[in-house]
Amino acid sequence: MEQFLQQVVNGLSLGSIYALIALGYTMVYGIIKLINFAHCDVYMIGAYVGYACMTFLHLGFVASLCISMLVCMVLGVIIEKVAYKPLRNAARIAVLITAIGVSYLLEYGMMYFVKANVRTYPEKTGILAMTFQLGNINISMLQILIVAITVVLMIALQLIVKKTRIGKAMRATSQDQDAAELMGINVNTTISFTFALGSALAGAAGVLVGIYYNSIDPLMGFLPGLKAFVAAVFGGIGIIPGAMIGGYFIGIVETFVSGYGGSMYKDAIVFAILILVLIIKPSGLLGKSTREKV
Amino acid sequence: MKKLLSVFCAAALAITALAGCGSEKTGNKVEDGATTIKIGLSYELTGSVATYGQSSVDGVKMAIDEVNAAGGINGKTIELVEYDTKSDEAEATTLGKRLMGEDKVLAILGPATSGAFKAEIPDANSYKVPVISGSATSNDVTVVNGKVQEYAFRICFSDSFQGEAMAKYAAQTLGAKTAVIYKDSSSDYALGLAEGFAAAFADEGGSILKEESYTSNDKDFNAVLTSIKDLNADVIYVPGYYQQAGLIIKQAREQGIDVPILGADGFDSPDLLGLAGAENLNNVFFTNHYSSLDQDPVVQDFIAAFEERYGREPDAFNALGYDEAKFLCDALSRCESLDSVSLQKALCETKDFPAVTGTLSVDENHDAVKSIVVIELKDGEQYKSEKVG
Repeated sequence: MEQFLQQVVNGLSLGSIYALIALGYTMVYGIIKLINFAHCDVYMIGAYVGYACMTFLHLGFVASLCISMLVCMVLGVIIEKVAYKPLRNAARIAVLITAIGVSYLLEYGMMYFVKANVRTYPEKTGILAMTFQLGNINISMLQILIVAITVVLMIALQLIVKKTRIGKAMRATSQDQDAAELMGINVNTTISFTFALGSALAGAAGVLVGIYYNSIDPLMGFLPGLKAFVAAVFGGIGIIPGAMIGGYFIGIVETFVSGYGGSMYKDAIVFAILILVLIIKPSGLLGKSTREKV
Repeated sequence: MKKLLSVFCAAALAITALAGCGSEKTGNKVEDGATTIKIGLSYELTGSVATYGQSSVDGVKMAIDEVNAAGGINGKTIELVEYDTKSDEAEATTLGKRLMGEDKVLAILGPATSGAFKAEIPDANSYKVPVISGSATSNDVTVVNGKVQEYAFRICFSDSFQGEAMAKYAAQTLGAKTAVIYKDSSSDYALGLAEGFAAAFADEGGSILKEESYTSNDKDFNAVLTSIKDLNADVIYVPGYYQQAGLIIKQAREQGIDVPILGADGFDSPDLLGLAGAENLNNVFFTNHYSSLDQDPVVQDFIAAFEERYGREPDAFNALGYDEAKFLCDALSRCESLDSVSLQKALCETKDFPAVTGTLSVDENHDAVKSIVVIELKDGEQYKSEKVG
């Protein structure tokens, strides 16, 4: 039982990271039907910005987190303006290939600047280094922080989308871009805003991973990015609560598979789930099946 | 079309015939009147494992300069012919051929990694030119399918031997009865270590409670560590490289697992400290080729000379490079005549050669029989080293 609860704690902290990244995938897909492969590299850049803030500027955790989110926000908007906007009316495959291109550009561009070797965050001190004991269960302050920050950011995101004007514009644009434009919504601003939001969340995930696992490198985004994408598809791509559920689901499945003897196959099982979901319910857990009108 | 086919067949036949009629080679030798002995140096100077090659070459050059300064071998100085394999195995084969066939070297040092070294061996056997590696630790380097590779030598122990040494140390010195293995399933190196450890630990009367695995992409080891914690094993063996081992040690200690964590020479990197954190690097033991803590005068003299020449402390690859060159020179000085066939004989006869990385002898499988060092870390620093085996 104790081991089970400890695994739940492990799974929740891992799932939070996937959920944060998955939100960015799902929002961008929801609004312009693009799988933004560069998203997982924005997460990597976020980790490096946090690293720079803490190592060279000696800033605290909260300040580093905020700066990293801001930098990623700007980066997300730049990527959208430079690489995707000129292709707004091009074939969908062209944008997809561009996204892969941007992803590689970020990975290997970053490798040029920071070298390929692993870097480590400075040692944690004070509250961040604390751990709590509940019976035989160990919970570190960082695990609590990761889950808490993820939940707070998700609630904030939900409020922005549901309660604000720009959120309404986002929802309208995702339903029908042309109609939204006719209603006087500035579609370009709305899309940029979506990229900004998603990238900020990826930046936050980057810093959390950096400080939690203590190891970052230029290719760190690839595998978590793929799994977050699986999470987004699992929950129903384009649907925000779906990404959260998907992220936590993948995190917990992965933890339990490796915790109970299947450490060798955990990635295989995660991707097998993707295939199963696509066969049984192609639109994902919360997805509505929409019929294309001819 | 038919005509084309027959021309093609004829050409293919001609090529096979030509390849077949190369006469038996007799090895390279130093021409009468030559003042130098040519030795090939084929190493990974650029590319993905460049640091291994560069470090080895630094060691080799230091050793060769020492020998030349002391008068060389029988009045002849050693001349190095240096090539870069670019960390590419196919390139290693090409360069090996060139060194043996065109440059007519007496022996080749390198490459550093097992794959590239193995690529060079078939040509070494047919040209009858010895090749020596300082760090090709893979299990099947010098013996393939039960047959010894006549012209291949290495001066390091094999992966499984290293695993065996750690298992004996765990059972005898640490008094461990049970162990868990948590291995990197994506590297041959780690699998070889795990195999050796498991077999030897069972021989010592211990039992392996569980074998878990990870891959080199992993960052989160908490799930597996939680299940390992429940098994309450006496020791945890983590064969693999420092990038993951550092994180495993950190996450294990944070979960309150305080039993000894054991590893191999893959732990030997300054980055291990940054990844795991000094406070977590206690009760950590790993096997290595040599330790700078060793008070043996051979080791301390080497360290002093190396620091004077390069201005930094030598790592294991520097020491292995230095040793392989000295090992070669030792055999050269014992040769009946300066040709590659008698050199091979002299290399085989090496016994109790005092190398920096331990006194070594060559066994019938062309492997080095030598002592191995177990290093204990305390607060992230090398605290104690002990020679075993």
